[in-house]
Amino acid sequence: MLKRLLSFIIIIDLVAALISFYWPIKVFLVALVAWRVLIGAKKRRKAKREVDIVQVLGQWGQATRRFMNDRLAVLGLIVLLVIVMASLAESIFNHDGYMTLTGDYLVPPSWHHLFGTTQVGIDLFSAVMKGILVDIRVAVVVSIVTISVGTIMGAIAGYFGGKVDAVIMQIINLFLIVPGLSILIVLSNQLKTSSDTSLLLAVIVGLLGWTYVARLVRAEFLSLRTRDFVEAARALGAGRVRIIARHMLPNTMGPIVVNGTLTMAGSILLEATLSFLGLGIQPPEVSLGALLQSGQDFAQNAPWCFLFPAGILLILILSIFFVGDGLQSALDPRKARAK
Amino acid sequence: MFRYILRRFAASILTLWASTVIVFWLVCLSGDPLGELRMNPHLSHETLLLRIHALHLDKSIPVRYWIWFKGLLHGSLGINLEGQVIRSGIASALQITLRMVVVATLLAIVIAVVTGVLAAVRRGGILDRSFSFINFVLLATPTFVIGLVLKLYVALPINQAAGSYVLPVNGSQSPTLTGSFWHRLPDYAIHMLMPTLTLTLVSYSSWAIYQRSSFLEAMDMDHVRLARSKGLSPRRVLVRHILRNAMIPVVTVVALDFAGILGGAIITESVYSWNGMGHWFISAVGATDVYAMVAYLLITALFIIVFNLLTDVAYAILDPRIRYA
Repeated sequence: MLKRLLSFIIIIDLVAALISFYWPIKVFLVALVAWRVLIGAKKRRKAKREVDIVQVLGQWGQATRRFMNDRLAVLGLIVLLVIVMASLAESIFNHDGYMTLTGDYLVPPSWHHLFGTTQVGIDLFSAVMKGILVDIRVAVVVSIVTISVGTIMGAIAGYFGGKVDAVIMQIINLFLIVPGLSILIVLSNQLKTSSDTSLLLAVIVGLLGWTYVARLVRAEFLSLRTRDFVEAARALGAGRVRIIARHMLPNTMGPIVVNGTLTMAGSILLEATLSFLGLGIQPPEVSLGALLQSGQDFAQNAPWCFLFPAGILLILILSIFFVGDGLQSALDPRKARAK
Repeated sequence: MFRYILRRFAASILTLWASTVIVFWLVCLSGDPLGELRMNPHLSHETLLLRIHALHLDKSIPVRYWIWFKGLLHGSLGINLEGQVIRSGIASALQITLRMVVVATLLAIVIAVVTGVLAAVRRGGILDRSFSFINFVLLATPTFVIGLVLKLYVALPINQAAGSYVLPVNGSQSPTLTGSFWHRLPDYAIHMLMPTLTLTLVSYSSWAIYQRSSFLEAMDMDHVRLARSKGLSPRRVLVRHILRNAMIPVVTVVALDFAGILGGAIITESVYSWNGMGHWFISAVGATDVYAMVAYLLITALFIIVFNLLTDVAYAILDPRIRYA
């Protein structure tokens, strides 16, 4: 039950963070989650009694069980949830807190200002929480873009092979020798003037970063192509799209999902890096990177300005890593054997 | 094997050329190089036209590319916005950055292999777990945070305690530096210490994780069991039979990450205020200096290609099957 609850909340949370920062929608979504969980728990308890004897665990059920046995992964998931929930709660109940000037300048952390205040008098806790939301939105959009573009390109290259494959691999090689960070820096002037910098940034990062997923999917497809069940589907007269979507893609989901979590962590780090160079998210939008950038000048005299955003960023990325690691061993037990 | 390398090299040159087309086009679209000059009320129209002409801004992008490409074939990278020759400017920036990148890459490879193998051999032990923890923390921290922490919370307190700049954190050399190369070397070295350390820490962690898992995988192979049962010494089995196989995937990761190291160098230079390639690139972007940007991207791409070729050689040495493929 707990597993379902956790996975459900995190999906809804991420969707909520993605859709809007408009707080009534979030209140509604949180209520929806609570309702679904309560109703669902009752239903499931009933259902469980009936199938207790023959416990049927599907592929995903087994994966969930393996994931839940990984203590570090569960810890990561819980920490991630706490961080996301806290930032959602902060943005619901203190919606403009990250922009409100409190009148206290560079006050050390206290009960009133959990993380202290910045040089312009903004409550750092509010700003950090808001920054987390922005970062998570960036991460989610980047993952969606990289996974969709990468999967499609990789699937095409791996399924058709030959000339198509050669062309796509050449494109990927091009991306390899022109580093994504450089391209982002080149494009930063355009980014700054955009109305929604973080969204545009995320889309561009995604469009620059799909090559890894594509190579992953291609490699999997090349080995799946000649497997018996694919041959069987072809013999039964299944079309290309059906073979790719129903028979081959489900078998590559594991690596794709694991890579998705790593992409999330990577894009948060990349956003922070760009912000440090002054090229990423611009005020009034905040992100952890932007906070670090403005906090570095006070790192010695008012260390909380630098250390709190840095610490939260570290915890956030670490928990994403642990979740990804758990997913890896849950979804792909063969490869994870060497852990 | 020589033909194999040659074939790879020809393919890379083609990719490099394609990348220059795309990069040039992208950079030209990224902004107006004379944007600030146009705002200047004291500038006469004629001067502006002269500048436009000198930078070929009155021509279309394909024509501009052709002019630039012809220059490139003659070994010229063009002039920057201030009218200086880019080739000599970027050459001095390059040798500053290379100091840091070469040392850091080599150091990172050595540390990654040693810690990775140690962790794999003592799997599950204290050493393994503490290495893993350190690696994950390093991997989860942005480059500039590692750099800033080392600079602000390690180097500066040490300097303060010592009362002088024992660990310089600004610039790649002392401002007043003269004398022969051997005379200058100690100064370079001490200035390199903190930035190189930063770049090494950033780079090695993921490789060490990779080295560990590929070593564990190689340890399970049949030929290793055979080597052991033949009675070979553990050291010989470890180096000749396991490590050689375990290095193959690691070499790939290092090659793929080289672009990441160059990116890390941009950040590290920015933290320690070096005047290397990173500084060159960032200020070129700030000034929308098209030819300076393209020059940076071209040289980076060239380095990545050369590095990938070196990896191919390493592959062929490590895995005989590739040589005859």
